[in-house]
Amino acid sequence: MDYVAKFLIAVVQLLIVLGASPVLVSLIRRLKARLQGRLGPPWFQPYYDLAKYFQKESVVSETASWIFNFTPYLQFVCMLLIALFVPFYTAMLPLDATGGIIVIMYFFLLSTFFLALSGLDTGSAFGGMGSSREMTIAALAEPTIILAVFSISLVANSTNISTIILRLGSDYGLLFNPTHLLAFAAFVIVTIAETGRLPVDNPTTHLELTMIHEAMILEYSGRHLALVEWSAWMKLFLFLSLLTNLFFPWGVATSLDLLSFVAGLVIFAVKLTLAAGAIAFMETILAKVRIFRVPELLAGSFAIALLAIISFYVL
Amino acid sequence: MNPTGHPHLDSLLAQFGDRLQQVTIPYPAELHFRIAREDILDVAGYLYQDLKVPLDLLLAVDQRPQRGIFELVYLFGDRLRHAHTSFTVPVPAEDPVFPSLAGKIFVAGRYEQEVWDMFGLVPQQHPDLRRLVRHAYWPEDYYPLRKDAGTPGDGTVPDFKDEGQPFRFQRVEGEGIFEIPVGPVHAGIIEPGHFRFSVEGETIINLESRLWWVHKGIEKLFETLPLRQTVKLAERISGDTSFSHCLAYCQALEKVAGVEVPLRARYLRTIYAEMERLYNHIHDIGFIAQDTGFMWAGAQGGRLREQLVRLNAQLTGSRFLRDVCLPGGVTRDISDVVHLALVLADWLKDFHEVLQVLRSNTIFLDRMQDTGILFPQRAEDLQVLGYAARASGQNRDTRRDHPYAAYDFLEFDVPVFEKGDVQARFEVRVEEIRQSVRLIHAALGKLPAGPLMAPFPDLPENKVAFSQVEGWRGTITHWVQSGSQNQIYRCKVKDPSFVNWPAINLAIRTNIVPDFPLTNKSFDLSYSGNDL
Repeated sequence: MDYVAKFLIAVVQLLIVLGASPVLVSLIRRLKARLQGRLGPPWFQPYYDLAKYFQKESVVSETASWIFNFTPYLQFVCMLLIALFVPFYTAMLPLDATGGIIVIMYFFLLSTFFLALSGLDTGSAFGGMGSSREMTIAALAEPTIILAVFSISLVANSTNISTIILRLGSDYGLLFNPTHLLAFAAFVIVTIAETGRLPVDNPTTHLELTMIHEAMILEYSGRHLALVEWSAWMKLFLFLSLLTNLFFPWGVATSLDLLSFVAGLVIFAVKLTLAAGAIAFMETILAKVRIFRVPELLAGSFAIALLAIISFYVL
Repeated sequence: MNPTGHPHLDSLLAQFGDRLQQVTIPYPAELHFRIAREDILDVAGYLYQDLKVPLDLLLAVDQRPQRGIFELVYLFGDRLRHAHTSFTVPVPAEDPVFPSLAGKIFVAGRYEQEVWDMFGLVPQQHPDLRRLVRHAYWPEDYYPLRKDAGTPGDGTVPDFKDEGQPFRFQRVEGEGIFEIPVGPVHAGIIEPGHFRFSVEGETIINLESRLWWVHKGIEKLFETLPLRQTVKLAERISGDTSFSHCLAYCQALEKVAGVEVPLRARYLRTIYAEMERLYNHIHDIGFIAQDTGFMWAGAQGGRLREQLVRLNAQLTGSRFLRDVCLPGGVTRDISDVVHLALVLADWLKDFHEVLQVLRSNTIFLDRMQDTGILFPQRAEDLQVLGYAARASGQNRDTRRDHPYAAYDFLEFDVPVFEKGDVQARFEVRVEEIRQSVRLIHAALGKLPAGPLMAPFPDLPENKVAFSQVEGWRGTITHWVQSGSQNQIYRCKVKDPSFVNWPAINLAIRTNIVPDFPLTNKSFDLSYSGNDL
């Protein structure tokens, strides 16, 4: 694969994650609204919001340190970097040789870590509350993520994303072995926790005392808020891409020709739409669990991930 | 010669004899007398502790223009013996103090703070004399409900200066204890209220709420507006309780004027009052579920409520039943009785379907159970009203205990739950929805023919009356004294929120912070009705 192709793919990957993540959010919101008997916001509302935030002044607390200003940019860059590792429609990834799935997970955690710091930074009670809750969840989710990632890697015999997809894509029998399925279940729960969806966190709430992610970013405004919001949407987009493509690698292009790219894009869109539908459905039938039940949920997902690893060696 | 025929009369006379002066029974089942300032503790304590009659209202009146004194009025409502007892206490203008009842009757303390704030009468030995209505930036010696108090800006009132004077919150100290200040501006569109949590981790050790951010001077307005407009004013005390507040006010005026309301109007008032209860209950049932993140329920609650407020608009021309109740009767008739009955029956079926979904959501049920428990003893001490009281084992409902409108002629049950958690409050309201529909159906079936309105004369001078109405939130009390020239001399309004707010602070203790919004919603109190 020559550098021009890699460069072009990189550009397309970035454009997709920047442009399509608000659409994905919009899709979830609209599906949810329809399921709940409402009309929902306009399709391009996330874009309107971004445009609005960018035009507004960014107010920064006098007590905030550099971390507060730095975090939105760091988060944004983290998400863009991750986009170069995550397969959307092709397994030919620009930064494939640089790192694998473990790097991805720690970029996610890096951005979470800084967001939690910036929540504490302004000294507001809400930020602190949000950070403490987010860290509780992150600390419990991280072992599960690593175990789930390991079990996929064990099945595919590699932590390199391209290799995983090529291996799993070439032998569909691997997709139905218990290790893979258990890892999938664990990963779903972690995705919900990490992206702040119901039943862990309610992304649409206005009740400041119940918030987790929203509480941390309450102090942000203007372009900072735009970046933080956009990063959160990209995070959801990336997590769902990983989830769908790692566990259902059908249709991901493995060769450098236009037809398989187009087919890959279409199938990728279908997969994300299905994932969005699943989230919308879950968020319609579920309520938010009491916050002290979240550890139980995550402990469950950890146990599932552990079983995945054990089953690999035992079966 | 003393009057006879009141359940408290004999025991009070036997206990206090001549210390009770001018004993009268101005209206059926209402005893009134005057006592001296020194006797407040004895008489009120006897009523509360020995006769077990709770204090419903404590208010002050500035009578200095005519008599040179202030007056305090204590109103006790006996829900078991269906009677009221009230007494008036003169307080000399030159020595504006009175003994605090808070040591004997806990809830009296809150009224006394209000009296101190609005009239400058100082309750002595009050355990917690902090400003209630007047925030710290209010001038020290400006008491707005005194007759000679000027209007801010007219040159006679000292400046309102916000110099960052702090409010004395209860401080909880210790390792790992943090304070979370919330509000008065919130992320959602609600009214202003400041909540100060002292937490250990997520567990709430103590909560204090600071309300009264938007004092509107409603009681003062009652004294200045022409009578017709005061009725509209009563409708606007708390927007979600338009009809019930208006009804309470109109009933008080009718008692003052001695007007008998036609029977058909009384039935219609019952129907409209229950319609108001219905649309508020269903809305909040949806919202309680939505506050646990169950968004579908919120949408359904909104839909079911919208059907009812549109029905209101169809019946009366007003979604919130405004301009329907007037002194003397009602302005709008219900012509198609069958249609209304059928629509409500369909609506109830729809509600039951939604309810079934709500009750099968285990996460939602788990969030409600054991959350925000208001123990029965606390509910009794705080004299909590309405469904919040009925969810905590307090069997009180003004519609049954002191019937008004047409409730005397209709059958209904008062649901009472013992547990006092969010679920109990939820269930009480579910059951009340059923009872409301039952009441409306019964009232429609018996609706008598006749006029809607009795002629309403000018008010006689200097007459006093009060009226109680069970609004959807709880008992609303209006106390009215007429003045000269068809004006109101004093109108004291008590929304149930006034006594229910402190209950939240107790119910939330040892719960976790993220459960506060749910608990708060399950009480569903009015900021506006509290902050007159």
